[in-house]
Amino acid sequence: MSDITLDSPTRRPLSRSLLIHIALCACSLAMLYPLLWMLASSFKDDSQIFSSASLWPDSFSLDAYVRGWSGLDISFGQFFWNSAVISVLSVIGNVFACSLTAFAFARLRFPGRNFWFALMLGTLMLPYHVTLIPQYVLFLSLDWVDTFLPLVVPKYLASDAFFIFLMVQFFRGLPRELDEAAMMDGCSPWKIYWKIIMPLSKPVLATAAIFSFIWTWDDFFAPLIYLNDMGSYTVQLGLRNFVDSTGKSDWSALFAMSILTLLPVFVFFLFFQRLLIEGVATTGLKR
Amino acid sequence: MTVAVQASGRVERARGRRRITSRTLSGYMFLTPWLIGFIGLTAGPILVSLYLSFTDFDLLQDPNWVGAANYVRIATADPKFLSSMKVTFLFVLFAVPLKLAFALGVAMLLNKGIAGLPVYRALFYLPSLLGASVAIAVLWRQLFAGNGLINQALALVGIQGPSWISNPNYALWTLVVLSIWQFGSPMIIFLAGLRQIPRDLYEAAAIDGAKPWHRFWRITLPLLTPVVFFNAVIQTIEAFKAFTPAFIISEGTGGPIDSTLFYTLYLYQEAFSNFRMGYASALAWVLVVIIALFTAFSFLSARYWVHYDE
Repeated sequence: MSDITLDSPTRRPLSRSLLIHIALCACSLAMLYPLLWMLASSFKDDSQIFSSASLWPDSFSLDAYVRGWSGLDISFGQFFWNSAVISVLSVIGNVFACSLTAFAFARLRFPGRNFWFALMLGTLMLPYHVTLIPQYVLFLSLDWVDTFLPLVVPKYLASDAFFIFLMVQFFRGLPRELDEAAMMDGCSPWKIYWKIIMPLSKPVLATAAIFSFIWTWDDFFAPLIYLNDMGSYTVQLGLRNFVDSTGKSDWSALFAMSILTLLPVFVFFLFFQRLLIEGVATTGLKR
Repeated sequence: MTVAVQASGRVERARGRRRITSRTLSGYMFLTPWLIGFIGLTAGPILVSLYLSFTDFDLLQDPNWVGAANYVRIATADPKFLSSMKVTFLFVLFAVPLKLAFALGVAMLLNKGIAGLPVYRALFYLPSLLGASVAIAVLWRQLFAGNGLINQALALVGIQGPSWISNPNYALWTLVVLSIWQFGSPMIIFLAGLRQIPRDLYEAAAIDGAKPWHRFWRITLPLLTPVVFFNAVIQTIEAFKAFTPAFIISEGTGGPIDSTLFYTLYLYQEAFSNFRMGYASALAWVLVVIIALFTAFSFLSARYWVHYDE
């Protein structure tokens, strides 16, 4: 790591903070080495992968990417398209449906509010396994299996209580006087939601959008259950199929596709790490 | 006069009622999507799943009521249930404490006022963010393969490592290591907690001559117990629900010899490979009860060890 800076803060002996830096660098290197090695291996050929643990390929080639991209009957391009469609639709659904719900819970007063709010909190900890089979039967009887609908429609029904909770916390922190003043001026709740609360809530909406994208992109279980036709596979399913079919014989191609599926998440990490880390620190997200 | 007062009172009340109904109306209008989802995708399915757990439903034929037969079989006659329970509990028991210990250790190093904190924090968080994807499970399979990176590294110091993922004695531990590797998000939460501890407590302790170990044991840890509690509950529930890595590493089988057959993986196999949906519903309810018992136990025990300042 090149960012070792020796200006240690107050009263700390130089040698001690240097030791801490060495420990942290060693630790982060050990953690990130496998990722870097996977990246490097995607540019090597298979014989090199298993003969050296070094990061620098003897010869740099993009062959593995070309092989991997069309390694299955249907190209990874289709899987990326499918994943992108599902993720983008999910983000829109989550942000709209969860913010509507959170607005009702945080800013409106109506009979039954506390009752529903308690039920909503109750679903936060509920393991999804208990609703899994009836939901499957429901979507099967609607003829939705092998379409994106079972993956996307629940997001438009605010199925992810976590994001509702996140937004309720944020909305509650906005000054009440805003709503009251707007109400005096004859604003409807819709207008208050759309013109006042939403524009002021960009940070929390962005956090929810980014996490919702990453979680949908990474989701393996729901696509595994609902998508059987390879033409509708997401990247995660495509990759899993790739492991089973050619994985053992072509590691570099498998790594190349793995790197590509990680890329969107990594890009979000690069640009929004501050928002992501703050999101975790203030709300205790699980990942 | 009185008539006027009465009339105006009536008007007031009517206006009030109208305000209340319009309030109720707009409240429920905003709540509509969630309500539909809650009833159609959560509450309804919960009831249906409870019903199915008392049937022999197999997706093809209509469910037949079988009484408690599924639960009796779980309790008395299902060796796979027992082995998957054992695997899951071993995983929870080792992965969660080790992950939290690691997270706390690194958070304390980062909290020493060093330069470059945001960079380290981001680097340590990255595995947490990427870890859920299939690609990482694929990487893990290669790392711990017979000729994988770990064994290459061991060979450098002259150790011939086993084929970790195809050996039933070690396969589960590769998944424990994978879970520890993702210590980033509890670490961030610990770090936020550590920053809340007032500096002057440490200064007072230093004046009294307390050793670092004592300061950790008497100040840091007690004041951090709410955060420890929070992290432990969240991470344990997540560990009970772990699925993807075991699925990818064992190619969906839970092997070798059921050594990575997580409870969720067994449930998935019963429901979607063997189509024993009634039985799988019963398995799901057992999981819910276990998680609920665990959560209730944590909250009850919290009053004895979690330090909340008033």
